[in-house]
Amino acid sequence: MKRICWILSALLALSAGPALAAEAPAEPPIPGASNEEPVGSTADHSQFGVLEGPFETGQEVTQACLTCHTEAAEQVQSSIHWTWTYQQPATQQTLGKRYVVNNLCIGVAGNYQRCSSCHVGYGWDDSDFDFSAEERVDCLVCHDTTGEYVKLPTGAGHPPYEDTELHGKRFEAPDLAHVAQNVGETSRETCGSCHFEGGGGDAVKHGDLDSSLLDAPRSLDVHMSPEGGDFSCSDCHTFSGHIQRGSRYHVSMPDYEDSPLAAHPHDKPACVACHGGEPHEPGLHDKLNAHGDLIACQTCHVPEIARGGLSTKTRWDWSDAGRMGADGERIVERNEQGRPVYDTMKGSFAWREDYPPTYRWFNGEVSYTLVGDTIDPDTEVPLNRPLGGPDEAGSKIWPFKVIYGRQPYDAGNDHLVVPKLFGSEGEDAAYWRSYDWDRAIRAGMAEAQAIGQTDAGYSGDYGFVDTRMYWPVNHMVAPAEESVACGECHSPGGRMAGVAGVYVPGQDGHPLIERLGWAAVWLTLLAVLFHGGLRYYLYRYQRHGGGHSEAERGS
Amino acid sequence: MIRIFTRFEVFWHWTQAALIFGLLFTGLELHGSYALLGFGQAFAVHIVLAWALIALWAFAIFWHLTTGEWRQYVPTGTGVARMAAYYAYGIFSGEAKPFVKTRSAKHNPLQRLAYFAFKAAIAPALWISGLLLLSYNYWDGTWLSGPLSLAAVAGVHVTAALALIVFLIAHVYMAATTGSPWYEYLRAMVTGYDCEEGECLPRRR
Repeated sequence: MKRICWILSALLALSAGPALAAEAPAEPPIPGASNEEPVGSTADHSQFGVLEGPFETGQEVTQACLTCHTEAAEQVQSSIHWTWTYQQPATQQTLGKRYVVNNLCIGVAGNYQRCSSCHVGYGWDDSDFDFSAEERVDCLVCHDTTGEYVKLPTGAGHPPYEDTELHGKRFEAPDLAHVAQNVGETSRETCGSCHFEGGGGDAVKHGDLDSSLLDAPRSLDVHMSPEGGDFSCSDCHTFSGHIQRGSRYHVSMPDYEDSPLAAHPHDKPACVACHGGEPHEPGLHDKLNAHGDLIACQTCHVPEIARGGLSTKTRWDWSDAGRMGADGERIVERNEQGRPVYDTMKGSFAWREDYPPTYRWFNGEVSYTLVGDTIDPDTEVPLNRPLGGPDEAGSKIWPFKVIYGRQPYDAGNDHLVVPKLFGSEGEDAAYWRSYDWDRAIRAGMAEAQAIGQTDAGYSGDYGFVDTRMYWPVNHMVAPAEESVACGECHSPGGRMAGVAGVYVPGQDGHPLIERLGWAAVWLTLLAVLFHGGLRYYLYRYQRHGGGHSEAERGS
Repeated sequence: MIRIFTRFEVFWHWTQAALIFGLLFTGLELHGSYALLGFGQAFAVHIVLAWALIALWAFAIFWHLTTGEWRQYVPTGTGVARMAAYYAYGIFSGEAKPFVKTRSAKHNPLQRLAYFAFKAAIAPALWISGLLLLSYNYWDGTWLSGPLSLAAVAGVHVTAALALIVFLIAHVYMAATTGSPWYEYLRAMVTGYDCEEGECLPRRR
């Protein structure tokens, strides 16, 4: 029916006089947006005696929370925010931060104290962490509304309990009672305290998630901006029982053919959950909606990576690490923006800002190269791969940020490895203490075995291997008028160049047809010019030299 | 002077010419040959012009069928060689055209063949492949995507468009400059009237 409709509407538009573009509709109200008057909570946490404090540790606060929210800890403990484990249903791989390897700080094993500053818990500092201890769940990191609660980067998930200085940065101990009495819903600030800082700093890992989203202009993120929908993360990543929707290991790609503002809340955070499957005004040809059969919304509506003014890391080369300055001290070299391009501890980096994503076919499933998997060290090893292809139903072209890396691997077994980078006082095997890769890998792999990440051992022989990793781009959704223009793809060398199995008019051609066709065109033109030129010459010759009358110029 | 083209034919020819040139220029932009309007704008214009041309064609087909004028475009099978010889030689030496235009036979055999090729091959190839391109999403994944692919249909569209350019160059040259006087046919196509034999300028026999 819809198909007939657009043909009819096209004919109608014709009979009514051609209108070249559909009139832009007024911006519809955004359901679910928090730009209405907030509804107050029915509980004022500052009036609860159990939250009067004082609290010495985070665990004490959690115990107080659990006196009322009796099921909360158990719910959190079943979530990926706590387990860092995810069973991928399609590939049967065990994923999650505990199991995967990236080309940033590589892996969690052996680096617990540093990595677990983004664990929703307290005290994961070795492989024996008790994942069933309810008081170890950190309520405040998600429910703080004061902005005072900050986890110490090297504190194994704890906030600083006394004012602490770390690498020249001061971390103030929060007043836990004050924070506890002011808990509330999650916010861009609370989610962002970890998700904007992935890879060890603001905007490092994700090119579409950084602190510029805290108070974004409308042009940066039409949903999250206070000038737009003023969404918090959980408006799309809705939570139920402390389990959120949306996973980059298993991206949901529901398909609908319905109108804008259709409500499929169970499909959040997919765009179609709110926008429906055919959100564009059909206009004369309905080609924008038709594009949705083959490309994801994000492909047009997230025009560039890292649009918020912060550059994101695109390359991390660990093989350069360990070079000391003349004084034997650590070197940190920075670019004009203050981003490190060399760090003795980490190697060399490349950064980019405001650049087009990489496009790949994607069916929502991501397959990982895990620690025990055999790799070919002579090639660039994909640490993960978006699955799907042009001929696979349900696959669409998606935007990705690709991070390229060069990282240590087990040259005897041809395996990826997890080196122990971070070490506390006395943990000299850590790379950042001894700068000895062999010891760091040996220690890291022992830890990887200890937490069940892998059975693979370390051969004692290491090298460096080129890797790449794909990060789906979903955020920093631009207003419609700033989305990718047609010509960005539909032009020679357009954005889809290199994406297999799709013919993009304006970008792709038929070289043989082109050569023969244009040759025919030019030959015809030459023949006509020659023919006409000869006629004109003969006409001049006859008029001036041949003695014929002017009347015969007809030939 | 006699009326050789009806008012409908004059209207049809020039409207069609304008639409085809519009389609050609926007089509070349869509093809990536140059950038002016931008792909989105060029596409919208291309689609509007295409629907308009299809509507015009519907009227023209109806007119040709009801008036019987369609017979003007049926190739005669003879005389093509004489016309070709005239354009290759006679036109330079001032020979008279081997065929005389009349109300019942407006086109010489070469014209008939060329216009027939345009109407029976180039134009249908363009609009059938164009409609398939436009409706790609509705047949992709059906039985039609076995024999067809977007690239193949686009190839047909581009091939036909290039053939159209060849036709246009030759047609404009011959129709606009080879009469007696040189603008005779152009004038006829604009006013609808052409000279009766011997009326305008003397021809050499």
